[in-house]
Amino acid sequence: GPVAASITAKLEAAFKPDVLDVVNESASHNVPRGSESHFKVVLVAHAFASVPLLERHRLVNEALADELKGPVHALSIVAKTPAQWAKASGAVPPSPPCLGGSKA
Amino acid sequence: MPQRKKFAADGNVKDQIQKEIEANPVVVFMKGVPSAPMCGFSKQVVEVLKTQGVPFKGINVLADPDVREGEFSNWPTVPQLYIGGEFIGGCDITVELHQSGELAEELRKAGVKD
Repeated sequence: GPVAASITAKLEAAFKPDVLDVVNESASHNVPRGSESHFKVVLVAHAFASVPLLERHRLVNEALADELKGPVHALSIVAKTPAQWAKASGAVPPSPPCLGGSKA
Repeated sequence: MPQRKKFAADGNVKDQIQKEIEANPVVVFMKGVPSAPMCGFSKQVVEVLKTQGVPFKGINVLADPDVREGEFSNWPTVPQLYIGGEFIGGCDITVELHQSGELAEELRKAGVKD
């Protein structure tokens, strides 16, 4: 969808990642079919070297500020350096199940 | 019913929130309440804190639209975990720090954990 495309383009530009996966998880949540409101992004980039975890998330949020002000309500972020990614053998933790949520 | 206002126009909510963060060593802004979270991400943070065995305060952003819509922190999503008045992160970060042992360390520093 357009939101996924926009997210992908912005993250590519901002981080030049080795690995980038943008997954629309909206289907697992209490939102209408076809929504682009809940995403998981997996980013592996040299850009994260020496950057603390919270700062990595902050940078991703910043890159996607417009989307987060708009349609995106939830963003799961996996942000690793290539070395960390290799250590984790590419395992991505599953997102927690929806509990019904709200319209907030 | 009073008109909804963005709390940028009213510093009150921000002050209240600041007070909560300063008065309580562990605070999680979440959807729902700790005994009944309304969001899987919020629930996961609650579960982590329970596992850590520390007292914490849950603030339900759904209960107050001014809180949800306002920018009480520079973070766009909920849940948000604060320890010792400092923003720690959302669900992903909380889980990662929990697994690495760093969360326990932060909780010790805040004096809520042995």
